[in-house]
Amino acid sequence: MDAKAAADSAIELDGLGRRYGERDVLTGVTLSVPMGSTLAVFGSNGAGKTTLLRILATLLRPHAGRVRVLGSELPKESWALRGRVGLLAHEPMLYRELTARENLLFHARLHGVGEERVSALLERVGLGRRAEEAVATLSRGMTQRVAICRVALPEPELLLLDEPLANLDPGASAAIEPLIGRETGSTRVVVSHDIDQGLSEADHVLGLRDGKAAVLAPAAEVTRAQIAELYR
Amino acid sequence: MALIRKDFRLELRTRESVPAMLLFSISTFVLFHFGLDRDALSGDLAAGVLWVTLLFAAVLGINRLFVSEREEGGFDGFLLAPVDRTSMLVAKATVLFTFLVVVELGVVPAFTLLLLDPPLWPALPELLVVLLLADAGIAVVGTLVAALAVQTRARELIGPLLTLPLLVPLLTAAAQATAPLFDEAGALPAPGSWLGVLGLYDVVFGLVAYAVFDFLLED
Repeated sequence: MDAKAAADSAIELDGLGRRYGERDVLTGVTLSVPMGSTLAVFGSNGAGKTTLLRILATLLRPHAGRVRVLGSELPKESWALRGRVGLLAHEPMLYRELTARENLLFHARLHGVGEERVSALLERVGLGRRAEEAVATLSRGMTQRVAICRVALPEPELLLLDEPLANLDPGASAAIEPLIGRETGSTRVVVSHDIDQGLSEADHVLGLRDGKAAVLAPAAEVTRAQIAELYR
Repeated sequence: MALIRKDFRLELRTRESVPAMLLFSISTFVLFHFGLDRDALSGDLAAGVLWVTLLFAAVLGINRLFVSEREEGGFDGFLLAPVDRTSMLVAKATVLFTFLVVVELGVVPAFTLLLLDPPLWPALPELLVVLLLADAGIAVVGTLVAALAVQTRARELIGPLLTLPLLVPLLTAAAQATAPLFDEAGALPAPGSWLGVLGLYDVVFGLVAYAVFDFLLED
């Protein structure tokens, strides 16, 4: 990759590898994601998708290869990414005994975001009237909406989204689109099991099988059948 | 401050730590009462019973200190935020210190009623100094160990196994400083040397915790 392309890349991976004990979870993953584009990641359970997201979020160290995110080399410059990367994982990262508003205010203070943005986000996702209820009492879909507000709070440059539409009804999916969708302008890495949805919003596609990049191409060149093959 | 406020709010909602520590301490005094077959204790024995009970109660709080972060993904949320990681050490140690002080507000009167022979009042000002110095040490060491243990599968076991040996010097100093305060003939001054040991323990472990805490949160 030349210097110009490297400078325009939000994510550059070169031979990324990661083990859990003796087991290789990711092996030799090499790719580049341009700034502002969307990478859709597909793969069956255990293919390495979540591990990839956690490495990009600086929560896991790579064991092999080179990782560069938003211009910072990982893991040694991971401090430079704090606050610039938003991660929506399977765990909502919310305290169940606190209300939706209390959770968001907590994260807003950590990120130096004003309280008015918390109220605006809660209204945006239709939770204005349930904001004072403990997260433990909310449905899974509502909890997912609060988690999406948490991710969107600091307006991160890089969004790492693990099945963002899980548990959401069509109305909620439309409501969260301005927060984590393409129109944010952020670079996005979206893990999805919905092939059609994933392909439709992607610029690039990564298909993982046993931790290796089995499919890696611009979205326009990838067929549904290629992705479906990953799940067989 | 956000971390501290969040932890206090969670404790007020769940009441998982402080009531358990308090009830455990009072139960232990009752057990000592029957186990030793004594109505009243003084001197070394009284100091030993008080401090061993407080340390075991502290272990309960230490084991719960990072549970909400672990179980609800709070660690990840914190690690993604643009804040100094040492702020979690300061926040958690402050929270544990506060829990200990609140527990002692109930434990010391209960100890006086159930087991202590000499009157408490003459010894109270110096006992407060010993308690606060010891609480600071327990809070720092407890936070350090809890952050380490919570990352392991056997955290319920690792916590006490690491905490108690590390707290032996603190236990010795606290008990030695407290024993004269509970003297049968009336409260004697707490030995300055043992208060000094407590202060030194706090400083040394405070510096150690500051130096290594960042690494404990790493993958």
